Amino acid sequence: MSGTQTTYNDKVVRQFAVMTVIWGIVGMLVGVIIAAQLVWPELNIGPWLHFGRLRPLHTNAVIFAFGGCALFATSYWCVQRTSHARLWGGPLVPFTFWGWQIIIVLAAITLPLGITSGKEYAELEWPIDLLITAVWVSYALVFFGTIAVRKVSHIYVANWFFGAFIIAVALLHIVNSMEMPVSLTKSYSMYSGVQDAMIQWWYGHNAVGFFLTAGFLGMMYYFVPKQAGRPVYSYRLSVVHFWALIFTYMWAGPHHLHYTALPDWTQSVGMVFSLILLAPSWGGMINGIMTLSGAWHKLRDDPILKFLITSLSFYGMSTFEGPMMSIKTVNALSHYTDWTVGHVHSGALGWVAMVSIGSIYYLLPRLFGKSEMYSTSLVTAHFWIATIGTVLYIASMWIAGVMQGLMWRAVNTDGTLAYSFVESVKGSYPFWAIRWLGGVLFLTGMLIMAYNMFKTMAGGKTQDMPVVAPAGHHA
Amino acid sequence: MDINDLRSIVTVAGLLCFLAIVGWAYGKGSKKGFEEAANLPFAERDDDGAASRTSHPR
Repeated sequence: MSGTQTTYNDKVVRQFAVMTVIWGIVGMLVGVIIAAQLVWPELNIGPWLHFGRLRPLHTNAVIFAFGGCALFATSYWCVQRTSHARLWGGPLVPFTFWGWQIIIVLAAITLPLGITSGKEYAELEWPIDLLITAVWVSYALVFFGTIAVRKVSHIYVANWFFGAFIIAVALLHIVNSMEMPVSLTKSYSMYSGVQDAMIQWWYGHNAVGFFLTAGFLGMMYYFVPKQAGRPVYSYRLSVVHFWALIFTYMWAGPHHLHYTALPDWTQSVGMVFSLILLAPSWGGMINGIMTLSGAWHKLRDDPILKFLITSLSFYGMSTFEGPMMSIKTVNALSHYTDWTVGHVHSGALGWVAMVSIGSIYYLLPRLFGKSEMYSTSLVTAHFWIATIGTVLYIASMWIAGVMQGLMWRAVNTDGTLAYSFVESVKGSYPFWAIRWLGGVLFLTGMLIMAYNMFKTMAGGKTQDMPVVAPAGHHA
Repeated sequence: MDINDLRSIVTVAGLLCFLAIVGWAYGKGSKKGFEEAANLPFAERDDDGAASRTSHPR
């Protein structure tokens, strides 16, 4: 071995991993606050802390700050380890970290001030949109640059998913953010009417499909095999899984616009492709879970595997529920109710958050030169608290949602509505309280994680590890 | 040719392309490469901390 051995760039992974936990706590705390505002409306204090302004802050913080940092951390770790190369791009690497943190801070300032473009999950105004584009292009250069300088011939399947997520999000962000600025803090979309709605939900659903699914499937394909200590159940299935998702997800957006001014045939296409999506989703879930085949006992005493495998169960649940809800007749009942909110959180808490938490627990000791987390029993405690919180959240929203849908459609014999809207609000209170409790539990789990993380970091070594030569390339 | 003919052709070509990928993935030729690729995460010596208890796969 030569003295000038290259090392992996783990500094940026360390930064993103720690910020995943911090932003997770912030985003989920805002979620708990707005859940409380629904139960106790007195908590809507002033314009800045009103539900309408905090809700986009919550969604942006959990998706882009918590989920985004988790994706940066895991993709940077995975692409270096499976390419046997240091991250390419030099100063672009720290730029992705600091740029992303500035975007998050700007979001946390502008959204409570009411500065918004009004597009769901794309509320940030045009100067921030430009910064996002710069950071995202840098991310793509770093990621694909590292793949280009890899020392092995294959590109591991997790990197295919991470790569698709990076490309698709760039495409979605740029197309959906086409807007005309009228001042520094206000712009209007280039699109109007039903085209605007369709582009928004093409963006919105593919944000789910690529930001919240493909990227996290990349995590699954690396961290589940690593933690289970065995290769993925079927590599062939993973290839088909990848291409099936790529070919179908882009078409599913119209199911957000059932019974609107969107042409009927477009709604039907969206519904059919959403139904088809069940197959690749479950193929991927089975592939992840079956990786444990023959080693199920590891699930008993490894809380990190518990997180990873439970996340796949929730992924399976929500990707079954999603296609069902996209059926127009089911959607007639579920749309605009809390059922949708429950469905989203089944994916967001159960799948996205849990697979991220499991992966970050895998990374933390390795990033700080420790053999394991400070306390494994606290990881187990986190797992159970998070699981109970998620179940309380989803179950309460199912009940509230179906109740709302049934009340809104109920008519008297003379054709008048049986219930006024506010009666459905009144009936929802107990379930909103349960939902708040579920959120509090999930947040508590994150606080336990933060404590465990700082204890693990204390006195840890942050030395970068040498790049390992691939097999058959002995130095 | 109508733009809609082109759209239909692209859609059908997309389906055929996907079926070809499935055929390739489950074909004999790709088996060895896939096996190598599946073991990529384990080329690492795992000296990076906690994984000492996880043994190498087959």
